[in-house]
Amino acid sequence: MKVRMSKRLIGLLTPIIAVLLGIIVGTIIMLASGYDPVAAYSALWNGAFGEIYYTGEVIRQVTPYILAGLAVAFAFRVGLFNIGVEGQFLVGWLAAVWVGISFDLPKIIHLPLAIIAAAVAGALWAFIPGLLKARLRVHEVIVTIMLNYTALHVSNYIIKNVLTDHKDKTGLVKDSATLRSEWLQGITDYSRLHWGIIVAIICCFIMWFLLERTTRGFELRAVGFNQHAAQYAGMNVNRNIILSMVISGAFAGLAGAMEGLGTFGYVTVKGGFTGVGFDGIAIALLGGNSALGVFFSAILFGALKVGALNMPLEAGVPNELVDIIIALIVFFVASSYIIRKLLDRFGKKEVK
Amino acid sequence: MKKRKIGMALSLVLAAGTLLGACGKSDDNAGKDDAKGGDKDKAFTVAMVTDVGGVDDKSFNQSAWEGLQAFGKDNSMEKGKNGYDYLQSKSDADYSTNLNTLARQDFDLVFGIGFMMQGAVEEIAKQQKDSHFAIVDSQVDQPNVASILFKEQEASFLVGIAAGMATQSDKIGFIGGMESEVIERFEAGFVAGVKAANPDATVDIQYAGAFDKAELGQTIASKMYSSGADVIFHAAGATGNGLFKEAVDRKAKNPDATIWAIGVDRDQADMGADVVLTSAVKRVDVAVQDTATKAKEGNFPGGKVTLYGLAEDGVAAAPINAKVSNKAEIDAAIKTWVDKIKSGDVKVPGTRAELKSFSAQ
Repeated sequence: MKVRMSKRLIGLLTPIIAVLLGIIVGTIIMLASGYDPVAAYSALWNGAFGEIYYTGEVIRQVTPYILAGLAVAFAFRVGLFNIGVEGQFLVGWLAAVWVGISFDLPKIIHLPLAIIAAAVAGALWAFIPGLLKARLRVHEVIVTIMLNYTALHVSNYIIKNVLTDHKDKTGLVKDSATLRSEWLQGITDYSRLHWGIIVAIICCFIMWFLLERTTRGFELRAVGFNQHAAQYAGMNVNRNIILSMVISGAFAGLAGAMEGLGTFGYVTVKGGFTGVGFDGIAIALLGGNSALGVFFSAILFGALKVGALNMPLEAGVPNELVDIIIALIVFFVASSYIIRKLLDRFGKKEVK
Repeated sequence: MKKRKIGMALSLVLAAGTLLGACGKSDDNAGKDDAKGGDKDKAFTVAMVTDVGGVDDKSFNQSAWEGLQAFGKDNSMEKGKNGYDYLQSKSDADYSTNLNTLARQDFDLVFGIGFMMQGAVEEIAKQQKDSHFAIVDSQVDQPNVASILFKEQEASFLVGIAAGMATQSDKIGFIGGMESEVIERFEAGFVAGVKAANPDATVDIQYAGAFDKAELGQTIASKMYSSGADVIFHAAGATGNGLFKEAVDRKAKNPDATIWAIGVDRDQADMGADVVLTSAVKRVDVAVQDTATKAKEGNFPGGKVTLYGLAEDGVAAAPINAKVSNKAEIDAAIKTWVDKIKSGDVKVPGTRAELKSFSAQ
């Protein structure tokens, strides 16, 4: 009992220490390159929470981050690396806007329809690697990475040729499909805060409930722990692999809907990836692949990203430094796993 | 063992906490001092938001920033919150936040650099009615936004003339960034110029799909040179840096080969003295400086579209590289065409549709 408790404590402390180490090393880097870390961090703080506007923007940024993080985490719990969150995010974004601009329906139908369309699009995009993995044992990492590019260019093509007449941007989604709210913008001094955060929080709850409180979730986790044992116990491993990718893709698609129906309200032709899907990997890693962990690490990443924009203006520090700090945090989280593994092995040898 | 590890971790957390706590206190004072400094003199301030290319993209954003720096120098302003400054966007989602941040910091004029910022500028201009904005390369119909457009086709027509005369293989390349109205103007003008100077030449037109991917620009340039092209023009921002790298590499390997690259936005002769034929200069710096000056004098052109063409010195062809064998002829030809365009005798096509019906005679 005592051992389990301390393990849990370490699990909790690991990300916190990683973040602090990231900040400390970031400070050293700033000092070494001649910047004032105090000014930098206070600018970072002010840029994230200094005004209600920035807080609104942080929440706006956190919304897709939570969903992207959940997408990565969910697949990971079943033992799969979904690197394709970015692609599923893009098709979800496209689908949401497509439904949002094409129909005229009452809000109570239109908005959920657009959101569901995004989830379905993301799920379908993730179904492909899931199926290939389950049937042909094609590694999902390779398939999902390649599908990212496919998603980028297919959605660019559709935006240019189907949704618009060779324009690089669609029109705004109809009012009946938007997640935006004048009221939310009003209380946050015209930030782009929208109702999507509610969707994200509900999804956190769904993920927790699904994995921890249902039989299906138990099966999914069992497959993640040990496929062979799961199979031996009579579980359908292939079906669970596909299911986990589909659910993961649905979360990613929803993240796209947050951008399409909330933040932007339209979809543009993109020259490259948005990075939300890849940030999702770091968020899931830092959050220990649990719903609550993802929620908090998404808040941290969102605050870092939005706050960083203020650093050059207020402190004269390039905002790339925040990228370095984020990279350091990821590094320390990853290396803490290594350290823990090494210690475990070391401990076992001692017992012998 | 376990206990000691937790103890270590806890003490680390504590130590970091104290450090950060100290940070918090001292920053309050710094903030107050800043505020005082800001109240003393309320001089004219101006700032700009770059797209993802950043102010060191060697082309579009850099040109705008140079204009702002020149404006600051002329008016003895300092870089920073009380003078002139810029914010760089790292993704499309940042445009809005950055524009808003600058408007909130009470900058008297905020530039959005690039057509990709059109949506963000329009939305924020509606919300922050007291702030003044300007957008380059796009049009926003709001009373507090000045729209700055260029006749890119006129500059690229001139470099097209140069390309058509400098080529020996009669194969010319064009690398675009992302397909858009602006880049279409470059493309149409360039092709028209090539055809006007050298009806036999063909132009291979390719788009990289991005403005910030130099490696992609290099791949495309490499393919074009390999398939026989000897002059390549890029209108692709930082993506085009790959073109210069490829051209310089090839020239170094084989100094006798005819390898030319044509720059864009600013005179990019510094990208390779031996390979840069000329540049389709788009004086974003002039436009930015001009608009900032007007705003400072109280004549902010809000709600208006200002067109910068050859006649307004808003666009030009950079000096032709002295190493071209027929430099004198090219210079003479360009001069003739400049006069024709300025006098209105020739209207350079700005779209692919106009290009079809365009004839140089």
